Amino acid sequence: MNFSEVFKQSNQLCKVSPDGKYLATCVQYRLVVRDFNSLQIVHLYTCLDPVMHMEWSSDSLFILCAMYKRGLVQVWSLEQPDWHCKIDEGSIGLVSSRWSPDGRHILNTTEFNLRVTVWSLCTKAVSYIKYPKACQKGVDFTADGRYMALAERRECKDYISVFVCDDWHLLRHFESETQDLAGLEWSPNCCVLAVWDNCLEYKILLYSLDGRLLSSYSAYEWSLGIKSVAWSPSSQFLAVGSYDEKVRILNHITWKKITEFEHPATIINTKAVVFKEVEKRPVVGSEDLSIHQLTVDNSLFSTQSKYEITQLPAQVPVIKPDPDRANPKIGISALAFSADNRFLATKNGSFQVQSLFWHCSGSSLVLLSKEHICLCYMEAEEEK
Amino acid sequence: CPPPLLTLSHISGISMSPSRQNSRHSLHSTTALPKTSYSVLSAFCTEGNISQCIAYINQEVCSLGLTGASLESKSGNLSAVPVLNLLYEVLQLQRRAQRALHELETQQLMNGSDLEHLQHSNCRLKDQLEHTRRENSGLHEGERQLQLKIKTLHNCLKSEKEEVQKLQSIISSRASQYNHDTKRKERECTKLKERLNQLLMDKRDKKLSIEISNYVGRSDGKRGLWKTSKMEARHEGEMYRALLSDYETRQRSLMMENSELKKVLQHMKKDMIAILSPKKPCVQPEPADDSLEQAVSEGEEETGDCCRESLEQSCEQAREQLTNSIRLQWRKLKSHMERLDSQASLVACQEREGDEMMSRKEQEDEMQRMRLELQQCKEFIHMQQQLLQQQLSSPCDEETAALLNDCYTLEEKERLKEEWRLFSEQKRNFERERKNFTEAAIRLGHERKAFEEDRAAWLKTQFLHMTPFVDRKRPALSEPHSALAVSTEPEAKLQSTPPLVTKSQSYSVFSTPKAAPVKMPSTADLYRTLHLIPEKATGKCPSGEMLTKSRLRNCSADCSVISLVRDENSPV
Repeated sequence: MNFSEVFKQSNQLCKVSPDGKYLATCVQYRLVVRDFNSLQIVHLYTCLDPVMHMEWSSDSLFILCAMYKRGLVQVWSLEQPDWHCKIDEGSIGLVSSRWSPDGRHILNTTEFNLRVTVWSLCTKAVSYIKYPKACQKGVDFTADGRYMALAERRECKDYISVFVCDDWHLLRHFESETQDLAGLEWSPNCCVLAVWDNCLEYKILLYSLDGRLLSSYSAYEWSLGIKSVAWSPSSQFLAVGSYDEKVRILNHITWKKITEFEHPATIINTKAVVFKEVEKRPVVGSEDLSIHQLTVDNSLFSTQSKYEITQLPAQVPVIKPDPDRANPKIGISALAFSADNRFLATKNGSFQVQSLFWHCSGSSLVLLSKEHICLCYMEAEEEK
Repeated sequence: CPPPLLTLSHISGISMSPSRQNSRHSLHSTTALPKTSYSVLSAFCTEGNISQCIAYINQEVCSLGLTGASLESKSGNLSAVPVLNLLYEVLQLQRRAQRALHELETQQLMNGSDLEHLQHSNCRLKDQLEHTRRENSGLHEGERQLQLKIKTLHNCLKSEKEEVQKLQSIISSRASQYNHDTKRKERECTKLKERLNQLLMDKRDKKLSIEISNYVGRSDGKRGLWKTSKMEARHEGEMYRALLSDYETRQRSLMMENSELKKVLQHMKKDMIAILSPKKPCVQPEPADDSLEQAVSEGEEETGDCCRESLEQSCEQAREQLTNSIRLQWRKLKSHMERLDSQASLVACQEREGDEMMSRKEQEDEMQRMRLELQQCKEFIHMQQQLLQQQLSSPCDEETAALLNDCYTLEEKERLKEEWRLFSEQKRNFERERKNFTEAAIRLGHERKAFEEDRAAWLKTQFLHMTPFVDRKRPALSEPHSALAVSTEPEAKLQSTPPLVTKSQSYSVFSTPKAAPVKMPSTADLYRTLHLIPEKATGKCPSGEMLTKSRLRNCSADCSVISLVRDENSPV
C-alpha cells in the first residue's frame, strides 16, 4: 500500500468532491482544493475565521465554509475562483449550516435553534422556518432531493413539516405522535418517513409522504428505547437498534417485526465467524535497547495487529456501563445495510468503532476507530 | 327396691318363697318372717322331735359361734331362759347382719352410682378425646395451608421485590436522563438569557445579510417560478404521483409474487396428482384401491379445473378453490403415504410372523420366476458368447464354416438381389428412355433434313417472289407451308399427329422472317419439348396438349414466332 505525503488539516475537515475529482481540506482559515489524482493544489481560498464546517455542493461546483463563532458562511466556486459569497447571520448566531440537495440553497440553523434560514444563491429570496427542533436528526432530505422533512416543536408538541425543495413551499404540516421526537429519516424510495421517539420511550412511527400515519411500532415500554435506525436500500426493511442490544427488522408491507437479532455476550451460533484482533508487540530484550536499534528498526514500537478466527463459543468482552450516567454506552449504536440488500452490519456496546459503512458494491465493510481503519471483505458466493 | 332383697336372701341363705322376692317390703319388715312362712317353720319342730330339734339347734348355735348355753333337755322341758338368750343372741346376730347388709347395700349403691358416674365420665371423656383429636387434625390442616400460603406469599414478595428493583433501576436511568436533559436545557436557557442581556445592552445590532458577487443559475438550468396556487396544486399533484407510482410498483411486485406462488402451487398440485395416479397398477390388491381410483378420478377432475383457474386468476373464488384443491391433494397424498407406511409395516410384520401366506407366497413365486428368468438370460448370454467365440476363432469344420458363412451372407444376398432387381428395373427404364431419345434424335435428324430442304425451297420461292412472277408462287407457298399450316388448322392436325406438332413446334422455333442464322435449340429446350425434364417455371407438369395449345394460341396471333421461344420458358 502506497501512501502520499501528509497534508495538514484542522477539525477533521477533509472531503472529496461528489464527482470524485477534487479533494478539499481546511487548514485553520484556509481552504485548499487539490486535484484528486495528482494531489496538486488547484485552488486556495482564504476565509475570515477558522472554519468549523466545510461541505461540497451536490454538483461539485461550490464549497461552503461555516464559521460558527462569527456566524458567517462563505461559499466558494470552483469554476470561477473570484466569485465570492458571504452570508452573515447577524447577531443571532449560527449553529449549523448545510447545503440543500440541489446545491443552490444553504440552510443555516441559528443559535438556540430559533429558526432555519434558507438562503438562495439564485435569487434574492430568503425563507425562514420557525421553531426547528434540536434533536439527534431533525432534518432529512429525500434521496431524489425533492422533499425535505423538518421536525418542529411548538407548545411542547412535536410537528413535522414537509417542504418542496424546489421553491421551499410548505407541502404538509402535521402533528407527530411522539413524546419527544429524536429523529426522522426518509425511506430510499422517498415515500415513507420514519419518525422515532427519544430513548425514554420506544416508539417508531411511519408516515406516508402526504402526512398520513401508516403505522406505529413499539417493542416494549419503560426501558430505554431506540438508539439507531436504518432503512434498507430497497425500502423493504427498516432496522431498529435499541438499548436492549437487539435489532428488530420491520417489513414494509405490514410494518410489523419480521425478525430480531440479538447480541449475546457469548456467541454460540455455529454459523457465525468471529474475527478477533490480535496485537503483536515485538518483545524487546533490555540489551537491544540501543539508540542505533531504535532509529533503524521502526517496527520496534509499532504494534502490528492481525485478525484471527476464534473458536466458537466466543466470549465478547462486555463493559458494564455506569447506570447513573445518561446516554449509556450500551445497545446498538450503528447500523448499516449493504447496497445490495444482502448484509446488515451492527455495532453493539462500547466498542471503539466510530463509524461503519459499506463499499457501494456491497462487497466490503469499512470500520473506523480512533486510530485504526479496518476493511472487511465479504466473500460472496457465486449464484448458479 | 327388689335387687337388695334378692341379695339379702342369698346372703342369709334363707330360702324364701318366690312370692317373697317380688314383694316390696321394707328392710325391717322383711327380716320379720311373715306369717305365711309359719307353716314352713312349723314343719321343723313337732311334738315328737323336740330333742332332735334341740340337738340340731345346739349344733347350729355352736356352728354360729354363739355363746348361748346349750339347750339341755331336762325332763323333756325346755327352759325358757337359755332359749330366750339364744333367741336374743340370734336376734342380735340378725340385727348385726342386717346392719352389715344395710351397710353393704349402701356401699353397693354408692359403688353403683360411682360406676355409673365413672361410665358417664368415661363416655364424656372419650367424646372429648375424639373431639379434640378432630380439632387437632383440623388445626394441622389449617397450619399446613397457612404454611403454603406463607410460601406463596414469600415468592410473591420476592418477585415483587425484583420488579421493584427493576423499576427502580429504570426510574433511576430515566431520572438521570431527565436530569441530563434538563441540565442541558437549563444551560441553553442561561445562554439565551445572557445573549438577550447582551443584545439589550449592545447598541450595535448586526443585521443578517448576504453578500454575493453575482447570483448563480439554478442547478437544473430552468427559470425560477412564482409561487402561486397553481404551483401548490402542481406540488400536491407531484407528491401524489410519487406516492401512486410507489404503490403501483409495490402492487406490481406483489402481483408477480402472487402469480409465481400460484404457479408453484399449481405445479405442486399437478405433481401431487401425478404422484397419486400412476400408483394404481403397482399397488397390491387391497380394498384401498377404490379410494385411490377415486382420488385419481378426482385428480383428473382437478386438472380440468386448472384451466378454469388460470383464467380467473384474480378472482377470490378461484384463489380459494386453488388453495382448497391443494389442501385436498395434500391430504390425499398424506393419507396415501400413511397407507403405504402401514402397508410396509404390515408386510414387515407378516414376514416376521408368517401369517397371511397368500401375499408371501405370491412374492416368493415372483421371486422364483425372476430367478428363473435371470438364469435363462444368463444361459442365453453364455451361449451367445460361446457362439461368438466360435465365430471369431477359426472354424474347425470347413463345412460348418461354409454353412455359417452362407448363413451370414444369405442376408446380404437377399439384399443384393433386391438391389439388383431395382438396378435392372432402372436399367430397363433407362434403356427405354435412351431408345426414345435415339428415336427422337433420328426423327429430329430427319426433320432437320426435311426442314433444310423446306428452307431451301422457301428461300428459293422468296427469292423468286422478288421477281415479277408473283402468281405462280402462291401455290408453291402453300405447299411448303404444310408443315407450317398448323396455324390455320391447328385442331385437326393436333389430334392426328401430336409428334408432328412437336416437330412443327421445333420448326416454328426457327422460322424467323429475317434471314437470321438458324438457332439450334439448346439441349434443355429439347428435353423440355420432349417432356424429359419438367418445365422450369411451372410447378406441375401440364399435359402436352395444353402446352401445345397455348403455344399455338400465341402463334396464331401473328406469324412472328420469335416470342414462342420465350413462351416456352415462361409460365403458361
